[in-house]
Amino acid sequence: MELNGAEILVDCLQKEGVDHVFGYPGGAVLHIYDAIEAQDKITHVLVRHEQGAAHGADGYARANGKPGVVLVTSGPGITNAVTGIATAHMDSIPMVVISGQVPSPLIGMDAFQEVDATGITRSCVKHNFLVRDIKDIAITVKKAFHIATTGRPGPVVIDIPKDITIAKMEKEEYPESIEIRSYKPTTKPSNRQIRKAAELIANSKKPILYAGGGCVIGNASEELREFTRMLGFPITQTLMGLGAYPMTDKQSLGMLGMHGTYEANMAMHGSDCVVAIGARFDDRITGNLAKFCPSAKFIHIDIDPSQISKNVVADIPIVGQTTQVLKALISEMKDKELADISKWWSKIDEWRKVDSLAYKKSPGVIKPQSVIEALYEVTEGKAIVTSDVGQHQMWAAQYYLFDEPRQWINSGGLGTMGFGLPAAMGAKLAMPEKDIACVTGEGSIQMMLQELSTMLQYATPVKIINLNNGYLGMVRQWQEFFYEKRYAMSYMDALPDFVKLAESYGHLGIKVDKEEDLKPALVEAFKQKDRTVFLDIITDPSENVFPMIPAGGAHCDMLLAGRDEMVSKDETDFNAV
Amino acid sequence: MRHIISVILEDEAGALSRVSGLFTQRGFNIESLTVAQTTDPTLSRMTIVSSGSERVLEQIVKQLNKLIEVVKVTDLTSQDHVERELMLAKISSTSKEGVDLKELVEIFGCKVVDVKDKIYTIEVSGKTKKINAFLDALEPSNIIEISRTGVTGISRGKKLI
Ligand SMILES: Cc1ncc(C[n+]2csc(CCOP(=O)(O)OP(=O)(O)O)c2C)c(N)n1
Ligand SMILES: [Mg+2]
Repeated sequence: MELNGAEILVDCLQKEGVDHVFGYPGGAVLHIYDAIEAQDKITHVLVRHEQGAAHGADGYARANGKPGVVLVTSGPGITNAVTGIATAHMDSIPMVVISGQVPSPLIGMDAFQEVDATGITRSCVKHNFLVRDIKDIAITVKKAFHIATTGRPGPVVIDIPKDITIAKMEKEEYPESIEIRSYKPTTKPSNRQIRKAAELIANSKKPILYAGGGCVIGNASEELREFTRMLGFPITQTLMGLGAYPMTDKQSLGMLGMHGTYEANMAMHGSDCVVAIGARFDDRITGNLAKFCPSAKFIHIDIDPSQISKNVVADIPIVGQTTQVLKALISEMKDKELADISKWWSKIDEWRKVDSLAYKKSPGVIKPQSVIEALYEVTEGKAIVTSDVGQHQMWAAQYYLFDEPRQWINSGGLGTMGFGLPAAMGAKLAMPEKDIACVTGEGSIQMMLQELSTMLQYATPVKIINLNNGYLGMVRQWQEFFYEKRYAMSYMDALPDFVKLAESYGHLGIKVDKEEDLKPALVEAFKQKDRTVFLDIITDPSENVFPMIPAGGAHCDMLLAGRDEMVSKDETDFNAV
Repeated sequence: MRHIISVILEDEAGALSRVSGLFTQRGFNIESLTVAQTTDPTLSRMTIVSSGSERVLEQIVKQLNKLIEVVKVTDLTSQDHVERELMLAKISSTSKEGVDLKELVEIFGCKVVDVKDKIYTIEVSGKTKKINAFLDALEPSNIIEISRTGVTGISRGKKLI
C-alpha cells in the first residue's frame, strides 16, 4: 500500500504505542495533521502555546515514565517549544519532538517560517535529526524513541521537511528493534567497582545516602528502599529525587542543598562516606565545592559517565543503571557486617531537634508553609504535585512529604517558570485516576495561563494552588538578603482577579484570604472531581524560604528561620561523633 | 597540558557541528580540528588538539563519548603515537641572516611545490614544533601567507584507536 510521509510517521507513532501527542498546527505540518485526523489511536492535545505542548508532554512523561510526544510546526512553532525542550533536557526526561520544516528545496533560502531547528536545539537535546528522505522516516522515529528512552533519557527532535511528508512510498514494516553502533549505554555495573563500594560502605562510620532524580527516572525506588533499609543508613534526597524514598520514613532526613533541612546538610558535611545514587552534585546541592563534605569519600553511581567526577571527584565511580547497581550492591552486601553507626544516628537526632522547618504563625496572615501542610492533609499525601519555580516550589518540596516516586513533578534543572500548569495537565492525562495539584505563584502562573483553555477542552481537572504573595518572592528574598532590600522589579502591580479569570476559562475560582477558610476551600476544591479549581490564596508577602545556604557557603553555614545569626558549626562538632 | 584526541564518528551531516558546538558550549579549548573520511566511507576520523587539566580532559573525552554519533574516542597523547601537521607557506625571496630559502628547505626537509611572481610555495610537514621552527627561521616580512592543516595523529604498531 502506498502511503505518504505523514501517514508513515503517524503509523510509526502508533507502533511506538504513543497515546497522546501534544501539539499545535501550522503550514509545515498540515499533512501530518491530516494523517492524525484520519486515525483514532492517538489523541492529539491542542495546546495554546508550543511551550505548553513541551511542558505538557514532559509532565505526562514524568508522571507515567512513558516518553512524551510533541508536534509543532516550523519556525516559531519549534522556537516556542525550545524552553520546554531545554527543561526536559536538564531533568533527563524522555521526549520526542517532531517539528515541521520548510520543504527541502527551500532549506537555507530564508524561506517563510524557516529556522534551523536542529541548529537551535542542538545544545538542549540528547540528539536531533533532520529527515532528508521519506525512506528514512521509520528508522529515524525508531532511533529517536530508542535514544530518548534508554541510557540517560532526554529529548530528541525530529525535524521533517514538508515535502517529505507529502512524498509517497510503499509501506514497509516498522522495525522491531534497533542497534546503533555508536550508542550503547552501559547499564550493568562492573563487579570490581561493586565490591570496592561494598567494602567502603560496610566500614563507614558516618555514612549517608544521597539519592537524586536518577532513582525516579530509572525506576529504582524499590531497590533504593530495600538497600536503605537493609543498611539502616540515613538518606537524603535531592529536589529531583523526592519520593524515591518515602519522606515520612524515619531514615529519611528530607531534602538537602540550598534549602535543604538542617539534619540533611549537617549530615552531608559530617559524613565520612557519601553514596550518590543517580545524583549529579549540582551547584544547588553542593554550595561551595571547596567546603563540600570535607571528610567524605564518594561513591558515585550514575548511568551517564560524564556526570562522574565532573563537579566532585569520585573515589569509587560506578557507571550503570540505578536499578542494576543497587541490585548488585544489595546482593554483594547481604551478609556483610556493617560498622556500628549508632553514634552517628544520635548526632543526627540532635540535628533533627533543631527543627529547621519550624515557622512562626502570625494571626491574620496565611503562611505559605501552612498551605502546603493543609494540602498534604486534605490529599492524605497522595496527590501528584506539580510546581512552578520560586519560593512556592521550595515550600512544596519541603512541606509535602512525598512517599512515592513520580509524585513530585518540577523543573529542577532549568528552573522554568510556567512549567507547573501544563505539566499538571500532562500528568492528569497520564494518570487520570490521581488527584493533581499544581502549586504555583502569581508570577509563574501568568507565564502559561493560556493552558487553562486546553484544560477545559480536554477535561483535565487539576487543583491550582496559587500561593499569591504579590511578589516574585524568590527574587524578593534574594534582594532582601543580598541587595540591601532594594526590591527592583520583584513586585508585580495590577495582578488579574484570578477568580474571574479562572471562571472566564470555564473553571471554578476560589479566593482564600483568611486562615480559617483555607482547609474548607481545599476540601471543596478536591471534592470537585471533574473540574479544574483555581485557589487564589493570599499569603504572607514577607515570608522567606529557610533554611538557606547563602552562595559560597558550606553545608554547615545555614540561615535558619527566626534566627538572625547564621548557624555555623566548627569542625570539632563533627569530629566528636 | 596539550592533548591530541582522536575521534571516530558517523559520517553524517551535523556530526561536525555537534562536536565543535560541544567545545564552545562547555568552554573547552580547541587548538586545531581536522576531519576526513576513513577507509569505511560511513565513518570519519577527527583529530582535535586541546589543552586543559586532567579533569578537563576527562570531561572532554566523556562528553565526546556521549554524543550519539561518536563511535570511539582516544587520547593519543597518553600512548605511543605519531603526529604530523602539514603547512603550505608562501615565502618571498630569501630568509633572514643570509640563509637562503633553498638551504632552509633542505635543512627542514621540506619541498618547494610552486613558484609564481617570485613567490615560493613551500610544503612543510612534521610535528607542530618543527613547523613553528621553520617559520621562526624566516624573516617575518617574507612570510606572505600560510595555511596549516592542524595536527593529525595515529597510534604506533598493532594498537588501534
Ligand atoms: C522563565 C523564568 N524567568 C525568570 C526566572 C527567575 N525567577 C526565579 S523564581 C522567580 C519568582 C517567581 O515568582 P512567583 O511565581 O510569584 O513565585 P514565588 O517565588 O513568589 O513563590 C523568578 C522571576 C525563572 N526561574 N524562570
Ligand atoms: Mg509570588
